Amino acid sequence: MDEQNRGKRFEEIFAVHLDAAYNLARWLTRDESNAEDVVQEACLRAFKFIDSFHGGNGRAWLLAIVRNTFYTWLEKNRPQMLNVPFDEDTLAANGSEVDALTIDASYGVDRLLEKEDSRRLVNHALEQLPTEFREVIVLRELEDMSYKEIATIANVPIGTVMSRLARARKLLQQHLRQAILEA
Amino acid sequence: MDCTKTQSLVQGYVDMELDLASVMAVDQHLQSCAACKRIYAQCSALRSAVRQHTSYYAAPAALRGRIRAKMGRPAADAPARTDRHRPQWFQLSQWLQLGTAAAATAVKDRSRWLQLGTAMAATAAVTWMLALQLNSPSQDEAISEQVIAGYARSVLTSHITDVATSDRHTVKPWLSGKLDFSPPVTDLTTAGFPLVGGRLDYLDNRPVAALVYRHRQHLINLFVWPYSKSDKPVAMQTLSKHGYYLLHWADSGMTYWAISDVDPADLKTFAEIYASAK
Repeated sequence: MDEQNRGKRFEEIFAVHLDAAYNLARWLTRDESNAEDVVQEACLRAFKFIDSFHGGNGRAWLLAIVRNTFYTWLEKNRPQMLNVPFDEDTLAANGSEVDALTIDASYGVDRLLEKEDSRRLVNHALEQLPTEFREVIVLRELEDMSYKEIATIANVPIGTVMSRLARARKLLQQHLRQAILEA
Repeated sequence: MDCTKTQSLVQGYVDMELDLASVMAVDQHLQSCAACKRIYAQCSALRSAVRQHTSYYAAPAALRGRIRAKMGRPAADAPARTDRHRPQWFQLSQWLQLGTAAAATAVKDRSRWLQLGTAMAATAAVTWMLALQLNSPSQDEAISEQVIAGYARSVLTSHITDVATSDRHTVKPWLSGKLDFSPPVTDLTTAGFPLVGGRLDYLDNRPVAALVYRHRQHLINLFVWPYSKSDKPVAMQTLSKHGYYLLHWADSGMTYWAISDVDPADLKTFAEIYASAK
């Protein structure tokens, strides 16, 4: 591919999916300027590897690069965060308790919808989630990606996407319930 | 289906990721089980709360500009086709300058330069006309390139459809759910053009529907999207490019681009049947 074609192809993907790239980076880093650094680095990588993009889903391709760039960035800048072991079973845990909360309809998020500051509460609850849970929620609910696309981006089997989503939602529900009780 | 099984599927049910048989089984169970129904209600309430209230952070304009600058692209959103035609305009202006220079010289030295000057002015005029001709249909030109790219990409990557079914009652709602318009979908099996499915694509700076039909061993893509009010209906016109045949028309608020490697006559038949059946 010649230089002009590379530029053009990159421009096509970049122009359309930059918002998605930034949104993912912003949710992963939970910080504006770090998100900008990650996206900028990811775009440089994307430009470099544009030859490996054979058409198809440009957004998934770019988001996978953003995600990888984020984890590299994390390793370099916040290694202490990587030391926190990510154990899905423990996190999803207190199993019976969470299930009980889920079923307890009287504290459902529907009550939250009546509150004016629901945006702040939902944003805060999502920010509290461990990174691996946060990313599947962002990809699923904000980017409307299929399980298969999420599996490709996060480089995990579809089964893992499904269990992560289920657990992420339980935790999210728990955080929201706490927030409502405190409010 | 029992409660345990239903609850294990309820996320996939909310996410619309289950196959039809499972969806029907879950539907049936939910109708008769209050406990599972409550769990389902919780899941969809959470889903809509997150979708409705979570912030979506758009990329800051400064970041966009910085990345463009790094890639050596102009900061403004200059459409790509301006670049493509620039060489012709450069050529044209050079010719014009040359022509003028030649004409000026001709005044000084009539006897020797008159003929050459006239020749150059004539060349400049021809170049001018050529440049105009190349530039005026650039909109369709650019779209036809994108249509070919979309079709070729789909075939090369074997990404023929996003939703593969000959049932137009599945294809149409699926596409309508992903797009801000509803493309006319019809199955033309009886006419020899069975519907293969639908796909999303990105053309003319917007998401569009790609309907996929088959004719013998060949695939036909029909790209559909709404056209702006200012555009008038366009009669069918055929185009041949890079070994593909394209057919373009626009009516009742939609613009259509059909592309295939079938015989152009077959493509025309297809388009006519589609246009009259929808």
